[in-house]
Amino acid sequence: MTADHGPGASAATGPANGPANGTASRANDPGIGARSGVARPTGEPRLTGAPATAALALGDDALVLSHRLAEWAGHAPVLEEEVALANIALDLLGQARLLLSLAGDEDELAYLREERAFRNVQLVEQPNGDFAVTIARQLYFSVHQELLYTRLAAGGGPFAAVAAKAVKEVAYHRDHAEQWTLRLGDGTEESHRRMSAAVNGLWRFTGELFQPLEGLGLDPAAPAAMEAEWLERIASVLGRATLSVPDGPRHGAWAAGAGRQGLHTEPFGRMLAEMQHLHRSHPGASW
Amino acid sequence: MSHDDWPLWEVFVRSRRGLSHTHAGSLHAPDAELALRNARDLYTRRAEGVSIWVVPSAAVAASSPDEKDAFFDPAADKPYRHPTFYDIPEGVRHL
Amino acid sequence: MTAAGTTAPAHAGAPTGAFGAAGPSGDASASHAESGAGRTADLATGPAADLQAGFEAEFEAAIAADERIEPRDWMPDDYRATLVRQMAQHAHSEIIGMQPEANWITRAPSLRRKAILMAKVQDEAGHGLYLYSAAETLGVSRGELLDKLHSGRQRYSSIFNYPSLTWADVGAIGWLVDGAAITNQVPLCRCSYGPYARAMVRVCKEESFHQRQGYELLLALSQGTEAQHAMAQDAVDRWWWPSLMMFGPPDAESAHSDRSMAWKIKRHSNDELRRRFVDICVPQAESLGLTLPDPALAWNEERGSHDFGPIDWQEFREVLRGNGPCNDRRLAQRRRAHEEGAWVREAAAAHAVRRGTAPHRQGATARPAAVPEPTVSAAVPAAAPGSGGGNDAEGTAI
Repeated sequence: MTADHGPGASAATGPANGPANGTASRANDPGIGARSGVARPTGEPRLTGAPATAALALGDDALVLSHRLAEWAGHAPVLEEEVALANIALDLLGQARLLLSLAGDEDELAYLREERAFRNVQLVEQPNGDFAVTIARQLYFSVHQELLYTRLAAGGGPFAAVAAKAVKEVAYHRDHAEQWTLRLGDGTEESHRRMSAAVNGLWRFTGELFQPLEGLGLDPAAPAAMEAEWLERIASVLGRATLSVPDGPRHGAWAAGAGRQGLHTEPFGRMLAEMQHLHRSHPGASW
Repeated sequence: MSHDDWPLWEVFVRSRRGLSHTHAGSLHAPDAELALRNARDLYTRRAEGVSIWVVPSAAVAASSPDEKDAFFDPAADKPYRHPTFYDIPEGVRHL
Repeated sequence: MTAAGTTAPAHAGAPTGAFGAAGPSGDASASHAESGAGRTADLATGPAADLQAGFEAEFEAAIAADERIEPRDWMPDDYRATLVRQMAQHAHSEIIGMQPEANWITRAPSLRRKAILMAKVQDEAGHGLYLYSAAETLGVSRGELLDKLHSGRQRYSSIFNYPSLTWADVGAIGWLVDGAAITNQVPLCRCSYGPYARAMVRVCKEESFHQRQGYELLLALSQGTEAQHAMAQDAVDRWWWPSLMMFGPPDAESAHSDRSMAWKIKRHSNDELRRRFVDICVPQAESLGLTLPDPALAWNEERGSHDFGPIDWQEFREVLRGNGPCNDRRLAQRRRAHEEGAWVREAAAAHAVRRGTAPHRQGATARPAAVPEPTVSAAVPAAAPGSGGGNDAEGTAI
């Protein structure tokens, strides 16, 4: 699997994604299969080439982060937060389905690609950790996502429609992350210590957010501008939360690259194993 | 009552423009900002609202059942406050 | 009027909302507890006893006239205690009930199913919150109720002590468990206690999709591959009998039924609702192409409803007693989430105090902070094990 591997080919890396595969099927209700598809804006052709790869990258970001957030179900620190985290996870899953559907069949892409074919940034695949880690991950990612989607929505490119819908959701995610960063940073001694460890621990995954992504239709200067704005906004939130801006590197030292090139961290493989296991165990089945 | 129990808030939701805020329920939150956000997530996740108020439960003054008669009964014998009290000859319009 | 104790929030009627009662009604529990149960002690003797009798008569008249009882109305201690026990158990069931289904969110086999399941589990957290909120109008705090759940002094529906072993279990839970819950809950929308009835209106409205998604999920499996069909049948085989147990013990053994019926907290008997549920399920199973695991199931022309085989009440009692397949696990996860979240809740509370954004602490964490403690505690007895009550006895699971 190489970095420029197109999404269509990536989707085919699964052991079986064809129809029925000879499995005796009782299916006689066409509705079930049909309804498993997603609301891809009708009439919009599927993307190909660089835009398709970009759709996968953004779709995978949303899919993977949604999955991580959903792991909180039944474990949140307070009941109100069960509802809040689920709302964010559902928004992200909705974004993922729209974006993946621009590139192909959402379920084939989500369930039948192997680890190296996923294009999400490493930040979103990082395990939940304690609530502070989850909030730090949300803060870093949602500020980035808001900056990006605002530009995409204004740009009129292939992602304008999806971004216009998502940007309102993302603004709320960013607000949620900010509110909690302030409370945990400037809460108790323990919460300050945990939040501080979290923002430091995830810092080295934040550089990747601003690697130029071909196919988005953005101005070539956009990534650098977004990165500057991101740094400014993060510094402001951390400052108000009585936290220091981490001073470590914002990239890993490994020259091979990172998530956008299909190189992921070890926990990601386990996450996918869990996510894909049932779907892959019943090749060709409808759900 | 331990120190990690958050205060209680009453939530009022305006379901659409033109209607007043009505009581939707209550929730717990450490402060007004989170109370508003929790209310948004809990009481409007099916698009039930366009505006939310949150009020600390402890700040609501309510009439007491002891005063019920004194508060509300005197209003019951003043039918002249209602338009149906008045007889108007048939045929008179716009009144 | 603003002193703690005499004021508490008006759960003013919300004609269009879930709590949609007509007209304003002060739901202020704290003050209610004081003016209601709290007053009882003072009035126990002397001329005050007449006043007490007057309150009782007013309460009985309201019940008889099918009027709603609101938090600030006088109510008998036992009425309050029964409601607190039932609503707490109901709320606990919602939040423990998240677990068997959340167990499958990360393995949902399509993105569409994953979104549906996430939304459903989220609703259950929401329903727990509505119900705790309604219970809090009676002068208990959510913190207290959670403590009682965590320490095993209050129960949740025993159905959630069964494991969700395959994806099809998500469907069976939606169809059968939510189906049984809805059968129980629809009459609760007319429960005599206003806040409970209003909470149930909202819950029922939101739950209508829960059962349908379960049915649709099972239908897809039943009409899918052989393996999927077998998975669906297996799940129905395992969930059918426990679902019937959700209606609680037979009427003859139900500890709280008669009184709850008289108070119109409950509108139909356990057996009546159970029969209704069986009658609903039989044709639905047929349409699914799945069989219900009861050879004795047959239409009884004379009664106009189905006969069904004997329920294993021994199993029911054992699960209720804590010996179900998942009792320890469910409670342990719930406790762990609460304990591991303590630092987060503390941090937010500390932040609010430091920033001066916390509402004033008086009576702050809950309405009942203003209520004389003995009254409240006395009103919330732990479910008595072996009384046949406590859990599903009232038939209010989910």
